[in-house]
Amino acid sequence: MLIRRASDIVPSEVTPESLFRARRTWLGRAALLGVAAAAPALPLASVMAQGARLAGVKPNPHYALAGEKTNPVTEFRSYCNFYEFGSSKSDPAQYAGTLKLRPWTVAVEGAVLKPRTFDVDELMRLAALEERVYRLRCVEGWSMVIPWVGFPLSALIQQVQPTGQAKYVEFTTLADRAQMPGVRSGILDWPYTEGLRLDEAMHPLALLTFGAYGEMLAPQNGAPVRMVLPWKYGFKSAKSIVRIRFVEHEPRSAWMKANPTEYGFYANVNPNVDHPRWSQASERRLGEFGKRKTLLFNGYGEQVASLYAGMDLQKFY
Amino acid sequence: MSERWQPSPRAVQRMRWALIALASLPLGRLVAGAVLGTLGANPIEAVTHSTGTWTLVMLAVTLAVTPLRRLGGWPWLLRLRRTLGLLTFAWACLHALTYFWFDRFFDWADIVRDIGKRPFITAGFAAFVLLVPLAATSTNAAIRWLGGRRWQRLHYAVYAVAVLGVAHFVWLVKKDLREPLIYAAVFALLFALRIAGWLQEARRRARDAKSASPLAMRRKAF
Repeated sequence: MLIRRASDIVPSEVTPESLFRARRTWLGRAALLGVAAAAPALPLASVMAQGARLAGVKPNPHYALAGEKTNPVTEFRSYCNFYEFGSSKSDPAQYAGTLKLRPWTVAVEGAVLKPRTFDVDELMRLAALEERVYRLRCVEGWSMVIPWVGFPLSALIQQVQPTGQAKYVEFTTLADRAQMPGVRSGILDWPYTEGLRLDEAMHPLALLTFGAYGEMLAPQNGAPVRMVLPWKYGFKSAKSIVRIRFVEHEPRSAWMKANPTEYGFYANVNPNVDHPRWSQASERRLGEFGKRKTLLFNGYGEQVASLYAGMDLQKFY
Repeated sequence: MSERWQPSPRAVQRMRWALIALASLPLGRLVAGAVLGTLGANPIEAVTHSTGTWTLVMLAVTLAVTPLRRLGGWPWLLRLRRTLGLLTFAWACLHALTYFWFDRFFDWADIVRDIGKRPFITAGFAAFVLLVPLAATSTNAAIRWLGGRRWQRLHYAVYAVAVLGVAHFVWLVKKDLREPLIYAAVFALLFALRIAGWLQEARRRARDAKSASPLAMRRKAF
């Protein structure tokens, strides 16, 4: 199957993936090491790593993101924040290739009537997979546009039936010292955890994600299953999830623990609330020279603003 | 001691050109990368980080001249220090320019706000501002005009530049402090070597003063 993209994007605007692979990937990797001459000898497997094509996935026309250009898949796969594999943007592409993706289970537990441990292949079949083009805004001030493949997290939540005690959802990422060099370094308090309020988790935009660009997720992008929450900064979207737990009290996320003065629980994209050490008013869309104004809730205000009605967003950042 | 090898003035001049060429290599790589599109997914970030890295590296190399002269017994290294200092300044200018241009697009009101608001920008900008008078007084005429002692005192500001430069890097990173701490360690070592040098010098002077005292002279005479 071809990479599906929204019909409003002129195909000629998008450089064919094969061309990018042939030219940019190896040149880019070479430049990172500063040895252009040695490029052909470099191990490219991790950047080139591609999961199987996801057959029969339809783009959801409601999330086509009219008028915004999808970033090339090479950017998506070579420029990642995934501290379990190292803190540099190029580390995940370099080191995540060895992540063992099968067998993989996701324990769904806590305040639910039907707790269950899913095999990831089983989880994938829980609802129809669809493609959604979302903006991704990183707290560091850059952004991309990515065609994800998944289904709304609400489909899973309805299956396990949260009890009245379930007010929040906590996501836990795999923390395997043997496979993840970053976990050995102790940059964060592993395992990586993230959380949402139950109504945020039930929101139709919250996507339980298995693929991108029409293929299964690459390990450096959070394979085999991750969250995508387009109205929040990227770090809220936990990667390589092994546990989803329903809890009564607001969970403390890994970044809240690491730096409580800089990271709050909500982490909604908000140009009016600065990160203490860098501005959030604007962002650089990868591939663009100029900067864009950052939009409140990353441009998803129409859909999500009601979740935060009456809340002081300066306080609950 | 007196028969040590000394490079000729021409050799020193050649070394200066070699240093300029060497310190410009990363710039060539950046320009080529920008033209060929090989700087990765975020080329502007790559340029910003690279120019910052080379500023710190060149600063460390410049500050290594004094301890190396002493420890290695190569006093002539002093004749390369001005070139190294100016190369540090050149990289600092490129780094500042990437910020003024690619990050802020010369929006000066915004830049002033940013300098006031973000500690890592404050530190980086202060370091850059402090480098300007040092570069401006690098000519022989400026040294004569200021007088050696005052020139020397002014140029002690380079230590503040090093501290601010490292603070700039430490406050920039999100969590992983390992790389900025390597620079902190290098500068700490360079400072420690200087302090050791000063102490040794002070002891020597005290000894000389003692041996030069009238009493000691008289003793010697006997």
